[in-house]
Amino acid sequence: MRFGTCMLVLAAMATSLTACANSGASSIVDKAKDDKKLTIGIKIDQPGWGLKKPDGTYEGMDVDVARYIAKELGVPESGITFKEAQSANREPFIQQGQVDMVLATYSITDERKKKISFAGPYLVTGQDILVRADDTSITGEDSLKDKKVCGAQGSSSPKRLADKFGPDWESKNLTQQQGYGACLPLLQNKQVDAISTDATILAGFAKQLPGQFKLVGQPFSTEKYGVGLKMDDKAGRDAINNALDKMFKDGTWRKIVDANLGEFGKFFATPPPLERY
Amino acid sequence: MEAVVDELPVILHAFWLTVRLTVISGLIALAWGTVLAAMRVSPLPVLRAAAAIYVNVLRNTPLTLIIVFCGLGLGTVMDVQFSRDDLSVNNFWLSTIGLSAYTAAFVCEVIRSGVNTVPMGQAEAARSIGLTFLQTLRLVILPQAVRAVIAPLGSLLIALTKNTTVAAAIGVAEAALRMKNLFDAHGDAVIPLFLGFAAGFVVLTLPVGLLFGWLSRRLAVAR
Repeated sequence: MRFGTCMLVLAAMATSLTACANSGASSIVDKAKDDKKLTIGIKIDQPGWGLKKPDGTYEGMDVDVARYIAKELGVPESGITFKEAQSANREPFIQQGQVDMVLATYSITDERKKKISFAGPYLVTGQDILVRADDTSITGEDSLKDKKVCGAQGSSSPKRLADKFGPDWESKNLTQQQGYGACLPLLQNKQVDAISTDATILAGFAKQLPGQFKLVGQPFSTEKYGVGLKMDDKAGRDAINNALDKMFKDGTWRKIVDANLGEFGKFFATPPPLERY
Repeated sequence: MEAVVDELPVILHAFWLTVRLTVISGLIALAWGTVLAAMRVSPLPVLRAAAAIYVNVLRNTPLTLIIVFCGLGLGTVMDVQFSRDDLSVNNFWLSTIGLSAYTAAFVCEVIRSGVNTVPMGQAEAARSIGLTFLQTLRLVILPQAVRAVIAPLGSLLIALTKNTTVAAAIGVAEAALRMKNLFDAHGDAVIPLFLGFAAGFVVLTLPVGLLFGWLSRRLAVAR
């Protein structure tokens, strides 16, 4: 009997979570105009992208782009509430309306477009490899076959390598740490030979320890970072794309890239073409 | 639920690693914990003090800290390696060290409380027929003590089963780590996956509890 009640409660929880997924259809444009307030989902632990500093303020490329978009939509900086969006809960956050938009190293994929929509991209990157500055033996994806590689748990980058090289390689050569920051000491101490994920994320971490690491610079995938929005918000998509277009043209994009990625900014020469739909 | 069905091989593989971690750490912890308990009841003050310090330090340190120390401190900084060419073997044994060192502190205290259930007269009788301390412990005290604490040892084993998830902190691909990865791959099936993994742990721990409850009744010392 008690077990039955327990299962009922669990089932009720599951349905209530899905039930609120489709509420609220109004556009982000109206919300920005009426309330002068936006809640924006970002990463808070990704150097160069979205990082919460000890004093409680935020910095990074996603943060700067979010502020620019908010300004273009008529929301002052004081009206922005940043909220941590971890990789696994980005889609639910948008669907449930917990955030108005997400800029969290968020790759545009067809799979995700079934649940939410994307403005942008505002940057195109690819899975790349970070090695120790004196290592010349790793020149691209294929040279990882007999190297030790570090990746983050819950990231798709290690999975791509595991799928390519097989389960035996995964077991022997791949270690999955809690975030890419935890990979850096392993690379420094030669427990692993490489860290592999989006070049942008690698650049953000490597920038913190200048001179110790280098980027191989041979991306073997294409990741387009976009702004995640509600599925049906075409007006919002258009407005944000216009804001991004303006940011690309007035030189702000270049400034933001160089400010946040430092010496690695050179890997991102020009703004990507927007994909309006 | 289809995500759970699709990923069943991955999930079972992850739980197999959880089982291996539990069994191996459990056995080492049982052996090491028994030695510690023997030290804590020994006539030598130095041994008693050493074991008491060990137990109090390990028991009062968060397991995450111990595991991360094993991974970063032992593994990365002090370069303790169990296998030069297999990272998963390496992480497995590093986390096993942490898990068994931590659990042994609790095993020690459980067994010591078992020793206290054995009437003083037993030890006195053993000494009077000329048994040494180790003989007394091995032949008279421990057999009765352990039989008195089967049920709490079972609780420790259940706790250990769940504690193995902390090994994800240093990249051991057990259930918790695999679950995180599957969340990323199946963002729309977080709740079914979560329930699937929760059920997996129940399947592992429930029989352990029942088995140890039955054993404790069957092996209880009738006095």
